[in-house]
Amino acid sequence: MARRYHSALPGFGLAMGWTVTWLSLIVLIPLATLVWKSGSLGWDRFWELASSPRAVASYKLTFGAAFLAATINAVFGTIVAWVLVRYRFPGRSVIDALVDIPFALPTAVSGLALTALLAPNGWIGGLLHDLGIQVVFTRAGIVLALVFIGLPFVVRTVQPVLAELEPELEEAAAVLGATRWQTVTRVILPVVAPSILTGFALAFARAVGEYGSVVFIAGNRPMETEITPLLIMTRLENYDYAGATALALVMLVASFAMLLAINALGGWSRRRAEAT
Amino acid sequence: MTSETRTEPRWVRSLLGGIAVVFVGLFVAVPVATILHQAFSKGLDTYVAAIQDPAAEAAIRLTLTVALIAVPLNLVFGVAASWAIARFRFRGRALLLTLIDLPFAVSPVISGMIFVLLFGLHGVLGPWLRAHDLQVIFALPGIVLATIFVTFPYVARELIPLMEAQGGEEEEAAVVLGASGWQMFRWVTLPKIRWGLLYGVILCNARAMGEFGAVSVVSGHIRGRTNTVPLHVEILYNEYNYAAAFAVASLLLVLAFGTLIARRIVERHTADAMPLPPAARVEKS
Repeated sequence: MARRYHSALPGFGLAMGWTVTWLSLIVLIPLATLVWKSGSLGWDRFWELASSPRAVASYKLTFGAAFLAATINAVFGTIVAWVLVRYRFPGRSVIDALVDIPFALPTAVSGLALTALLAPNGWIGGLLHDLGIQVVFTRAGIVLALVFIGLPFVVRTVQPVLAELEPELEEAAAVLGATRWQTVTRVILPVVAPSILTGFALAFARAVGEYGSVVFIAGNRPMETEITPLLIMTRLENYDYAGATALALVMLVASFAMLLAINALGGWSRRRAEAT
Repeated sequence: MTSETRTEPRWVRSLLGGIAVVFVGLFVAVPVATILHQAFSKGLDTYVAAIQDPAAEAAIRLTLTVALIAVPLNLVFGVAASWAIARFRFRGRALLLTLIDLPFAVSPVISGMIFVLLFGLHGVLGPWLRAHDLQVIFALPGIVLATIFVTFPYVARELIPLMEAQGGEEEEAAVVLGASGWQMFRWVTLPKIRWGLLYGVILCNARAMGEFGAVSVVSGHIRGRTNTVPLHVEILYNEYNYAAAFAVASLLLVLAFGTLIARRIVERHTADAMPLPPAARVEKS
């Protein structure tokens, strides 16, 4: 894109002034309050609250379940994107439309639907129950809820990259004697890999902070199925603001690091795509 | 597409197609069907009664009120931010873009909590608010603030890539020909960005009406007064009133479908496929 300086255009002062004012009032000052409140705890107190056994158990669960769910989405999301871009079959547009549902459905509704579905008297939970598998109120249930909300991220990040792939690349590989498997793993996958990784990171970041779709299915037992956002909520409800603040700061720092990583990945992914 | 060199053996295609259909079917279609099945499990009368319940109607009114305040405010912010960022180059521009994205990265629970730390009874401004008999937390202002926070980037994130792609030549021409700033915006910029703007507003509205975590922290769950529709659904569910919970939840399902249909309509009026917000950040920033 050509870099132009539209210095002749009016309204910079007004637009910029309003942007910075609104950003400060709604986002920066409230977030700064959180950082300031944690600072006022003092390092020893902060560390004690942030590293309590119950908090550490919640971090392990939150980040572990998010990682597992994002990995599942990276694998299956890539397959879904591939099928949507490459194959034509009846019902394709229905599948394509369904992929966006987890974006648009309020999280509480997703949580209720998955819980009802997987409960022992639900459609799928009933089948699993007969096999002796319990999903609701276990860690497996948390992972399934996070797979649901993360599903669109990988598909919608990989899909456009696959769609813009030059056919010449694959034809050249085939003409040069590569098998189809070699073409897919050595030619297509390296080009698509950055977008899969970006989709993974987006799904992971979303899953780490997720609350609504998880609380109904998780059972929320301390040390076992209690995610960090829920532990923060519990602390708030008990007016334990110090405890909630310490946990929230840990989460905030993690989210900010992920945001920077995703932006860097996005840049890499774009340069990679443009280079091919 | 079907040329020999660019496709897999038939059994591989069937296998991958099958995996995709089963995965999306199990994870999306079946849960959606469950909502409708549960909502109508006790018959149409129960469904209608659940939605016409005074507490449900109060929740619907509150949700509409919150969206009616939060969405226009973020609309104005989105237009201002995208005008500044897409039409001018200045120091700190990349930082500003990242800061606008921040609410996407923050957990909903933290999004609500920061306003409790500011305006709650023991918050920074708590004593002052109490002295002046003002209530923010566990009242409408807190719910509106948390909603504005979680929907903060939506409109700006739709408009910035759109306006960058369009360029500002027409606006420059209008100004050179003597248009005032307002005339330029009203007759040149607004017609250019209206579909992108509409799409941003639709997404912003869907999130505003459906937000659960952030609003849950600041609402206080006072039935008939500070319960939004998602919170009302939660309460009904926790009272084991499943049919009613899913009946009210089905209203939010309709909102989700409406949002996706509106997206298709907007896409038809624009050349580009409209990405949903997080994807927009990756592809176009």
